[in-house]
Amino acid sequence: MSDAPLTTSDGRPLKAALAQAQARARRRAFLLVAPLLLFVVITFILPIGQMLQRSIYHDGFSSAAPALQAWFEANPPGTAPDEAAYAALAADLQLMKANRTAGEAGTRVNYTLPGTRSLFTSSARGADKLEPPFREALLAENAKWGDPLVWEAMRSAASPWTSDFYLVATDMQRTADGGVERVPEKERIYLKLFGTTFMLSAVITGVCLLLAFPIAHLLATLPASRANLLMILVLLPFWTSLLVRTSSWIVLLQGQGVVNNVLVSARLVDDGARWQMIYNMTGTIIVMTHILLPFMVLPLYSVMRTIKPAYARAARSLGATSWTTFRRIYLPQTLPGIAAGALLVFILAVGYYITPALVGGADGQLFSNLIQFHMSKSNWSVAAALAGMLLAGVLVLYWLYDRLVGIDKLKLG
Amino acid sequence: MKKMLVLTTALGGLAVPAMAQEITVMGWGGAYSASQVEAYHKPFAEKTGTKVVSVDADNPATPIKAQVSAGNVTVDVASVEIADAVRLCDEGMIIPIDAASLPAGVDGVAAVDDFIEGTLTECMIPTDIFSTIVAFDASKFPEGAAPATIADFFDTAKFPGKRGLKKGAKATLEMALMADGVPAADVYATLETPEGLDRAFAKLDSIKKDAVFWEAGAQPPQLLADGEVSMTMGWNGRIYNAAVQDNKPFKIIWDGQVFEWEGYVIPKGAPNEATALEFVKFATSSEPLAKAAEHISYGPPRKSSAPLVGNVFGTDVPMSPNLPTSPENMTNALASSLDFWVDRDSELNERFNAWLSAN
Repeated sequence: MSDAPLTTSDGRPLKAALAQAQARARRRAFLLVAPLLLFVVITFILPIGQMLQRSIYHDGFSSAAPALQAWFEANPPGTAPDEAAYAALAADLQLMKANRTAGEAGTRVNYTLPGTRSLFTSSARGADKLEPPFREALLAENAKWGDPLVWEAMRSAASPWTSDFYLVATDMQRTADGGVERVPEKERIYLKLFGTTFMLSAVITGVCLLLAFPIAHLLATLPASRANLLMILVLLPFWTSLLVRTSSWIVLLQGQGVVNNVLVSARLVDDGARWQMIYNMTGTIIVMTHILLPFMVLPLYSVMRTIKPAYARAARSLGATSWTTFRRIYLPQTLPGIAAGALLVFILAVGYYITPALVGGADGQLFSNLIQFHMSKSNWSVAAALAGMLLAGVLVLYWLYDRLVGIDKLKLG
Repeated sequence: MKKMLVLTTALGGLAVPAMAQEITVMGWGGAYSASQVEAYHKPFAEKTGTKVVSVDADNPATPIKAQVSAGNVTVDVASVEIADAVRLCDEGMIIPIDAASLPAGVDGVAAVDDFIEGTLTECMIPTDIFSTIVAFDASKFPEGAAPATIADFFDTAKFPGKRGLKKGAKATLEMALMADGVPAADVYATLETPEGLDRAFAKLDSIKKDAVFWEAGAQPPQLLADGEVSMTMGWNGRIYNAAVQDNKPFKIIWDGQVFEWEGYVIPKGAPNEATALEFVKFATSSEPLAKAAEHISYGPPRKSSAPLVGNVFGTDVPMSPNLPTSPENMTNALASSLDFWVDRDSELNERFNAWLSAN
């Protein structure tokens, strides 16, 4: 046998022919998934990308104030505004009046320094009457124009790319000399709520797991006919509207609700000391646990059904106690289900907002409630920054999860 | 077809320069639009012969912005909230309307003085006033010892029971200050200062342990009906509906009410601008405003309309006691400040949320 490479019947080297055939197959496969890929890119990746871009980009002020932008570029941070700066401001205010952009520009600066939006809209209204010297004219119009914080905020807003929204989202603010500091303690909310949200989600995931494990086990071991009936009981609430389920919990748990009434009439609880189970953190945990429970039961069930009872029997016949059998034989085999269910429930819980909004009261609010608040106020940039933080938090956890549990262990069904 | 209509109306407008044959008015739908059709559209059509086409949107400000941006405006007049009106006006999406050109009230008072102070803005003429109020369940308090002032809402010693509070800073902070004795006229000046803000939160602190926080406007009547709270903040229209239509023993405390308003705007490039302006002038004159208030519990923004409001439509119950604008309800009322809230909404809600989550 010679060293000549293997060839196909038409004389081409086998290796090349094979590679070509494989490339063709890959192209065909790619064409098959292309519609889905396109769909995911257009409906998922692009919108998320755009939203995230909003958290670092806002040209409301920079496009409306070209003269100020030029002045800020020519003068380093910390320069006290001179007459030229005020002239640029006057020119930009006149431009804003002509183009009706004062509202947008003010909104952008207001993000960095609250209380300044009306400064722009009101000053732009009378901008045509401004005459040199502009410094005096503008200070007479509104003394706030002399505030170095206002100038610092405008400098920051003069560039469309900004970290200001992330500063807001991490309870920080700019100082007059261009640095950053934490906001007064009374106004700190985001970081604290960020922590609370992950903590609450972890608690909810834990409670879900404790409740779902026995149910799933029962479902997996019962004869099919009875298991199906039980399964319907698990799925029925799953098919019921979220709002209906949340409102039903309000009816059950509120001070004058069913549970309290039963406890009072059974004389277990004094009428004056009814349990406060809703409109607080307890309510949020109870209702969200109920709503997310099926997401834990289903993956657990699908994994448990495939576990052969023979393993457990073998362990018992070799002398293991029932606890050892559970711990060393059964539990490890359910891990893929636990992993999938916990991840699902946790990620859903982190982003929940309707339920905490309705039953959360004062201390049962989650991070998403603040995102929703800013969305409803058209503060899309801050909402985007908050959403970006949440996304980053979840990705970090996902990475940790992959390191600790291994994402290949995941089994959804 | 719609284009044809617009075209023919435009041509009609050319032939008879004074009036278009038809204008399109955009409302919010439901009972609110129905009240406007009865009080404004039909009488205007009778008086001028101009047909008024009524269309609805979830919030007319949204389609108006879209239409003007696209340069394809089909709506002549739209009903929007004051906050949206100011924003659209700042962005040049709606045209300024000179309040001096509006007809005087039936009592002869010029329009600029007839409208309740602070409600007239550059681009919007108000049509109705709605209010954030405190309501209570009359069955929870003995006869003659019912709460009557905003201060009573914060007095849980004298008026026991839980309190329903709006989960948001707007109106809540104002009410806290008014309950603490700040006159309505000084509320916003006080809130501007850090001490004033602390004072408002300190007042809120005094009932925090008894507070149930609500988010949606449907919740306050529900909380009252379930007996979860004995008093609650709420929207006057929702409480009115529960009290009148569902026969609940709910009473409104008008003292310390914080009111807002909505009204008519004309989009830039409206197909029949001149007729639209005539319509706005007609609809916001004393009698139509009073008539609209008979159909829905939102108050007329003109002072001269108040005595003209008759019975709740189709009944022999007077409407006037249910309106935020009736003189007896306006003795201690605060107009929500738009400028204050566009500047401070985010900041104060951050503080409010921080306050909520603190223990």
